[in-house]
Amino acid sequence: MGSLRFRAPGIRATPKGAAVAGGYFAVTNLGTEPDRLVSIASEIASSAEVHEMNMSGGMMTMRPVDKPLEIKPGGTLELKPGGYHVMFTELRHGLKEGDKVKATLVFEKAGKIDIEFLVGGLAAVGPAGGGQMPKHKM
Amino acid sequence: MLKRIRIVLWVACAIPILALVAVGVMELTQGSEGVRSLQASGIGGPFRLASSAGGDLSSEDLRGKPFIVFFGFTRCPEVCPTTLADISSWLDALGPDGKEIRALMISIDPERDSVASLKDYLSSFNEQIIGLTGTPAQIAEVAKAYRVYYAKHPLKGGDYTMDHSALIYLMDRQGKLAGTLTYGDKAEDALAKLRRLLPSA
Repeated sequence: MGSLRFRAPGIRATPKGAAVAGGYFAVTNLGTEPDRLVSIASEIASSAEVHEMNMSGGMMTMRPVDKPLEIKPGGTLELKPGGYHVMFTELRHGLKEGDKVKATLVFEKAGKIDIEFLVGGLAAVGPAGGGQMPKHKM
Repeated sequence: MLKRIRIVLWVACAIPILALVAVGVMELTQGSEGVRSLQASGIGGPFRLASSAGGDLSSEDLRGKPFIVFFGFTRCPEVCPTTLADISSWLDALGPDGKEIRALMISIDPERDSVASLKDYLSSFNEQIIGLTGTPAQIAEVAKAYRVYYAKHPLKGGDYTMDHSALIYLMDRQGKLAGTLTYGDKAEDALAKLRRLLPSA
């Protein structure tokens, strides 16, 4: 049993023909050393990486993160709407509400960890159960 | 090489748009004052674009009808599907009263968003939502009319994503800006603004 605890991995359902999907989860580090999320892979997409969305003054930008995200001891890394998400690109098939999607996360210290994302509705926000819209500055 | 020329062209297109939008965004962030100054600056304008509903849709076809319009693209994992889901739920909530309102999603990624792909994508949402696309020049023109900023941002492997303004414009029956909505607005506020577009209001 490793020191990482995952909460509510969720992916938004995809509109018909969509080439991309956004996934979310929260991970807490119960260990005594920092860890880093190095990479993500899933059979549903040819690529999966962490992107950060930013909304400021009505402008939306999205960028891949330039270095592995750190989870401090006792800290939680949250991927949620309005911030970080897993960007799945070149989806092999559409995702319907209720589907389950397997993915493998690679951490610097914890190594490979398999998780399963639950596909929510088209308007779903996550991590599932959070149910809140991001705050934005206007 | 070709790719480089394309990027240069995009940047060349983006610079004047950026300048306009810097003004537009500043105005918009100032709330209703901002809406008034955008009205004064004549936001919106004529367009004719290829429609996911078949054929072309022009601003002339919308004369006398209120409409809402936003700019997005289908390779957008969050803001665009959320906006479409929000608009769908608002239109559903308005019911028959809201049937008159047209909702338009104009693609700012016309190289990848064809009429067919927009049609597919939008079939997952309220049927009043129409997708519009065109040539890069047509899109640049309509974006300029709406003070919308967009730009390609290259990703590794030759892929790219789009930066873009995510405002939803509410246009009245005269084709004038009546207000704006944005990602994360509360449904009750959105519905109140949409009802104001309808004739009985």
